[in-house]
Amino acid sequence: MHPTFSIIFFTAAAGAGYGLLAVLGILAAVGQLPPDRILGLASLGIALALIAGGLVSSTFHLGRPERAWRALSQWRSSWLSREGIASLFTFVPTGLFAIGWLVCARTDGIVALAGVAMTAAAVITVAATGMIYASLKPIAQWNTRFTVPAYLIFALMTGTVLLDAVLALLDRPDRAVTMAALIAIGLGWIWKRATWRHNDGIAPAVTLNSATGLKGGEVRSIEWPHTEENYLLKEMGYRIARKHAARLRVLAQLFAFALPLVATAAALLTAPTLAKAASVIAVLAQAPGILIERWLFFAEARHTVTLYYGLDAAARR
Amino acid sequence: MTDLPAATDRKLGLVIDLDTCVGCQACVTSCKEWNSGGSMAPLTDLNPYGAQAHGVWFNRVHAYEHGCTDGGRTVHFPRSCLHCATPACVTVCPTGASYKRAADGIVLIDDDKCIGCQLCSWACPYGARELDPIEGVMKKCTLCVDRIYNDNLEPEDRVPACVAACPTGARHFGDLGDASSPVSRLVRERGGVDLMPELGYGPVNKYLPPRPRAAGTLQAPAQALAPADPAGGFLGWVDRLLSD
Repeated sequence: MHPTFSIIFFTAAAGAGYGLLAVLGILAAVGQLPPDRILGLASLGIALALIAGGLVSSTFHLGRPERAWRALSQWRSSWLSREGIASLFTFVPTGLFAIGWLVCARTDGIVALAGVAMTAAAVITVAATGMIYASLKPIAQWNTRFTVPAYLIFALMTGTVLLDAVLALLDRPDRAVTMAALIAIGLGWIWKRATWRHNDGIAPAVTLNSATGLKGGEVRSIEWPHTEENYLLKEMGYRIARKHAARLRVLAQLFAFALPLVATAAALLTAPTLAKAASVIAVLAQAPGILIERWLFFAEARHTVTLYYGLDAAARR
Repeated sequence: MTDLPAATDRKLGLVIDLDTCVGCQACVTSCKEWNSGGSMAPLTDLNPYGAQAHGVWFNRVHAYEHGCTDGGRTVHFPRSCLHCATPACVTVCPTGASYKRAADGIVLIDDDKCIGCQLCSWACPYGARELDPIEGVMKKCTLCVDRIYNDNLEPEDRVPACVAACPTGARHFGDLGDASSPVSRLVRERGGVDLMPELGYGPVNKYLPPRPRAAGTLQAPAQALAPADPAGGFLGWVDRLLSD
């Protein structure tokens, strides 16, 4: 699949924003969120900026962005519509939570209740994003049980790493949050490696035989219907060289997981000044790392329509 | 709504005969010609006469080599929307622009509602939907709704443009929900198949596989040419002259 930057940025940025909101809600629910206005302004501000930036970015790939509001109408059948509604609905409990925290300087009681609703809405939104991809049968690498948990894990991971850095920078380090970040990064790394392992071993459900109805024997594409690339080849026929994929997987692991893991562990073990720098390094490494991971998510996904053009057969040889 | 009708009164669709298709591309150009002025018009072309021409097409003809037990065979394969019984392109649509008609099962796009998010093109395993880069909306085969119900056309012309154009009669149009229709009979008699049945989209269009080759047609009677080795006479003299 063609890796469109506006969608990659949307899923990565909004994922981190919703992850951050979810973690804030959980902390409020267990009474571990300090009712500090500066902390509230910084953490909610970053989360909402990431979400708003992501949502705006997601409209850039539309052919008719001015009609984007219509996407809220088909919640009964479409995961994209459900995602849109959930993403907008999340602003309601988040707004109440922000009023409680920033205006009344409280994160407990009814404000914590709003926080729980905010967490639930954020998780539902990210799960809906995952379902958009997981429900597409023509793309075997997405249509697996790995996709939805991956979106949830990566959202919580990036959100926790962000919050850890915000807490450290505001001199309110929280060992529990740092530990949670460490666990989330480890879980994310394991999940990504398991996903790649699974995807590399996928036996294609569809063959060119069943795609053309020609049973038995090898079916080989000998002539395309057109001499220039058409929409299908540009959108679905994107191919990435195996050696590049292997290198990018190493880079994704280095930046999204390995460096943040080391930095977060260092933050847990070192003096506050060093810990501050380490937690910021974790964020700065993970940002490009998660973008590479998401780029690969698209670039390595193969659509069944490429069978008709003999592209998968050529890639296997 | 993008919910699918529980059942459709009719299942209009195409039956495509891979045995008789010769890959002449007449259906492809005829489709483009009709639909450039039809209900999904325009089918935008970018840079049509220059390098890297790009355009929207509803129907494409691929060519494959099918290696089977009785020898290889070239198969021309027209690919277009199959008007599936459970089209995921419709249910994933967030705006309600995509819909399947309860009356005849035709899958259509309301281009006043489409936002061009392209999710339907991802959801279609057959590559039936394309983005019109100028209009910013998705385009697809309409089964020529503006021909098959068109009272201004002669009754014999009320078929999709691709069917009308086919010079070998490889394309058939009719109601595949009616077991007694000529197309349903054809599917029964020739063992018509669904494309990618394992994905469960329930395509309405059927493909008729090439007929098995008649016994004995594989022997090629022409012998290999014997090397010309003239020993004497005029040709022998020429051969000697040229060989030196």
